[in-house]
Amino acid sequence: MLDFTPRIPIPEKVEYITEKIQDTFAFLFDPIKNGGNDSLEWLAEGLAGIPAILVILIVVILAFFVSGKRFGLAAFSLVGLWLIYNQGLWEEMMLTFALVLISSILSVIIGVPIGILMSKSKTAQNIITPVLDFMQTMPAFVYLIPAVAFFSIGMVAGVFSSLIFATPPTVRLTNLGIRQVSRELIEASEAFGSTGSQKLFKVELPMAKNTIMAGINQTVMLSLSMVVIASMIGAPGLGREVLSTVLVKIG
Amino acid sequence: MPIIKVENLTKVFGKNAGNALALLDKGLAKAKILKETGCTVGVNRVSFEVEAGEVFVIMGLSGSGKSTLVRLINRLIDPTEGSVWVGGEDLAKMNKENLRRVRREKLSMVFQKFALFPYRTVLENTEYGLEIQGMKKEERSKRAKESLELVGLASYLNQYPEQLSGGMQQRVGLARALANNPEILLMDEAFSALDPLIRKDMQDELLELQENMKKTIIFITHDLDEALRIGDRIALMKDGKIVQIGTPEEILVNPANEYVEKFVEDVDRSKILTAEHIMKRPETITIEKHGPRVALERMKEAGISSIYVTDTKRNLKGYVTADDASAAIKKEVRDVNEILKTDVRTIPKNTSMNEIFNIIHNSSVPIAVVENGKLYGIIVRGAVIAALAGEGEVNL
Repeated sequence: MLDFTPRIPIPEKVEYITEKIQDTFAFLFDPIKNGGNDSLEWLAEGLAGIPAILVILIVVILAFFVSGKRFGLAAFSLVGLWLIYNQGLWEEMMLTFALVLISSILSVIIGVPIGILMSKSKTAQNIITPVLDFMQTMPAFVYLIPAVAFFSIGMVAGVFSSLIFATPPTVRLTNLGIRQVSRELIEASEAFGSTGSQKLFKVELPMAKNTIMAGINQTVMLSLSMVVIASMIGAPGLGREVLSTVLVKIG
Repeated sequence: MPIIKVENLTKVFGKNAGNALALLDKGLAKAKILKETGCTVGVNRVSFEVEAGEVFVIMGLSGSGKSTLVRLINRLIDPTEGSVWVGGEDLAKMNKENLRRVRREKLSMVFQKFALFPYRTVLENTEYGLEIQGMKKEERSKRAKESLELVGLASYLNQYPEQLSGGMQQRVGLARALANNPEILLMDEAFSALDPLIRKDMQDELLELQENMKKTIIFITHDLDEALRIGDRIALMKDGKIVQIGTPEEILVNPANEYVEKFVEDVDRSKILTAEHIMKRPETITIEKHGPRVALERMKEAGISSIYVTDTKRNLKGYVTADDASAAIKKEVRDVNEILKTDVRTIPKNTSMNEIFNIIHNSSVPIAVVENGKLYGIIVRGAVIAALAGEGEVNL
């Protein structure tokens, strides 16, 4: 019964469309790919170039003050970073760090404004929510395909796939955070004659800060997991070690 | 010339607002309109005027539309129909830019749950209205400090709202509203979230501030005692309509309909009613014309045991008792002056019932209500009790 209908040639169509896009927008993708790879490499090498002892020192001091002048977190940071160095993974870690840093920053730059847009417009929310649902239900591996299709292999492809995978939490929680600001506070800001942007920057964003930060936290976590997976499409760093180990075991 | 003039102000929530308006015109009730159109009538054809310097209280139970009404005045909610005239401009029809200007310069609002910004200090909260006008840091912090001084919080500048008690937080809310130096203050259930003792303090303080500031205040409340305490005039709302507007006395003493009557029946009348409301026309004799015989005659007619004596210009001279009068007749004394008693307890017209109560229970003769030496009326014990019970006749 089900075999009665002929197969719709979706894969062929998609392949055709993808090729078309690649050809048409090569002027766009190629500079991003090349420029992106160059600058990411420059950044990663720059980071890896900093003496390990200096990085460790900075992180430990930061951990000490961020955790409210307690030693626990600082001690863990020290031991953890030392262990990485000790195992000869320092450079890989710095590469991974560079990728996570860049993809998180881009996620926030893209995600927060989209979240704000969603919070302001019901139409925008109705359109964007299913897109976010789609992005999050897709298994992480799937994003490697468009990334490779448009940017071939390398760091940019890694960052691109991790952007798709990691941005949704920031968007969602920015939207939620702003929508949760109490009605009375919004009224207070309006009653005193605030403009739209004054309301946003002086009331809504400060009030939503904690929620937005929770979203950014998730985004950083997802970026990390995705840049490791992205080693399959040539992203360097710790993921590559994992991948090579797996491949050796499969043998 | 009223400072605020509200004309035919109407708010219908829902999609078929037009249909609902048509039904309102036909005089259908709120519940019926909800059933037929799915629209909720928030405020229904409300008109009133507020004079400059007046404390105008809008009172009603929850769901009566009072909070919607106050938000229509500064257009936090857009009206479906009607006008809000403030100083010759109709807020309901002006563009956003003008609306912002009016909100910044003329109208400030104080909120039920204070609506302070938790991430800003007391000073920064108070500065908010000035800050968004682009005022320089020094100038706005100077004005904010003055405003905080007014409400007695000058030493809490750098605290955060959560560090303050409810009453203090609302003082910050008030200071923030005053910092803009608006002509009109909108206070939406401003004291309802405070506990009763603090609430009373805040009411007193508001009245005290108002003596000096002479702002126009629109005060929303569901608490009749509060309305009676602070209102120059009170508008009573029910189902989005104003049922009665009047001074506290008018509302208490002359309820416009059964609803108002029910509303006011539990009020502590002793706080509102004064000597003027319960005094009776006195039986008197005139000292130049009448002697003991006339005095006794009039007392017999009225069934009383003493009578007040005035001169022809109604200046109070004293009183005469029935016993003294009949004794004088036996002794053939003609002059009332001989038996005149002058230990009269007099009170002015605006004496409160509580005070009258204290005086009258150890006084054997009725109390005289006197203003500028002239006798206006007398108060007998029965009238006091009847008035407190809400039954006696009361004059306005």
